[in-house]
Amino acid sequence: MSSQVAPVEAHDHHDIRPIRKAAMWVFLGSECMFFGSMIATFLLYRNDTADGPGSEIFDIPFTSASSFVLLMSSLTMVLAHNSFEKRDGRGTRIWLAATALLGITFLAGQIYEFTEFVHKGLTLSTSPFGSSFFMLTGFHGAHVALGVVMLLAMVFLSLDGRLHEERGLNVELVGLYWHFVDIVWIVIFTVVYLLQV
Amino acid sequence: MAQTAHRSHPTPAMYWGIALFLAVVTALEVAVPYISALDPVRVPLLLIMGAIKFGTVVAFFMHLRYDKKLYRTLFLFGAIGVIPLFLVVLLTMNAL
Repeated sequence: MSSQVAPVEAHDHHDIRPIRKAAMWVFLGSECMFFGSMIATFLLYRNDTADGPGSEIFDIPFTSASSFVLLMSSLTMVLAHNSFEKRDGRGTRIWLAATALLGITFLAGQIYEFTEFVHKGLTLSTSPFGSSFFMLTGFHGAHVALGVVMLLAMVFLSLDGRLHEERGLNVELVGLYWHFVDIVWIVIFTVVYLLQV
Repeated sequence: MAQTAHRSHPTPAMYWGIALFLAVVTALEVAVPYISALDPVRVPLLLIMGAIKFGTVVAFFMHLRYDKKLYRTLFLFGAIGVIPLFLVVLLTMNAL
């Protein structure tokens, strides 16, 4: 097991890290548009419940706890990146695993919440409110799930000392993706949950 | 070769402090809907607190405050572009 991360060749003549990072920021900018259009759709149909359940079934204390978990996963992610920059392989692995665990906890909470809503009569096809709510939060959940897969992949790669900054999965890029997932939830939690109760 | 000036990244202790700040803002956010005296200012208050959290994560955890201006421009193009998107969608559907 390697306790060090792979060396960084900062002055490589063919260093494409800035290009990859710029590409990631372009991707995240486009994701803003993607989630923005879904949030706009939710706002459009938030009152169209077709006599089915509406925002009154939201469990704010429970969702607040989930939000807190995701928010703290941003802390563990940035600590993982910090450890990676210090070539601390063990620290990187611990914080990456902690981030993945918090992500899994958030997803478990979302599955529980969705199950509760279905039991209360709110499904994807109940009403425009239900469709727009499940599409928005479901797509966000899918992004979290993808992030968890990338985090776990990095944990396993680092065990073999195969976590490189120059190629493949990159702690900084995955970190940017993970923080983005967090900021999207900050908006969803405010607009979809807190402003509707 | 021209180099972009970089400020040094926060220390782990500062990251913990930022997380504590975010946790406090979240707690205040959750409390707002339950305080009836704040009902007249509930919407702007929640939007401002959400924006503070959003900005804090982007600036400090995503290091946009410390990174190249190009990255900031690329991201803000999408993040600010959402506002006209919102307005077009909601105005077109008479939802504002």
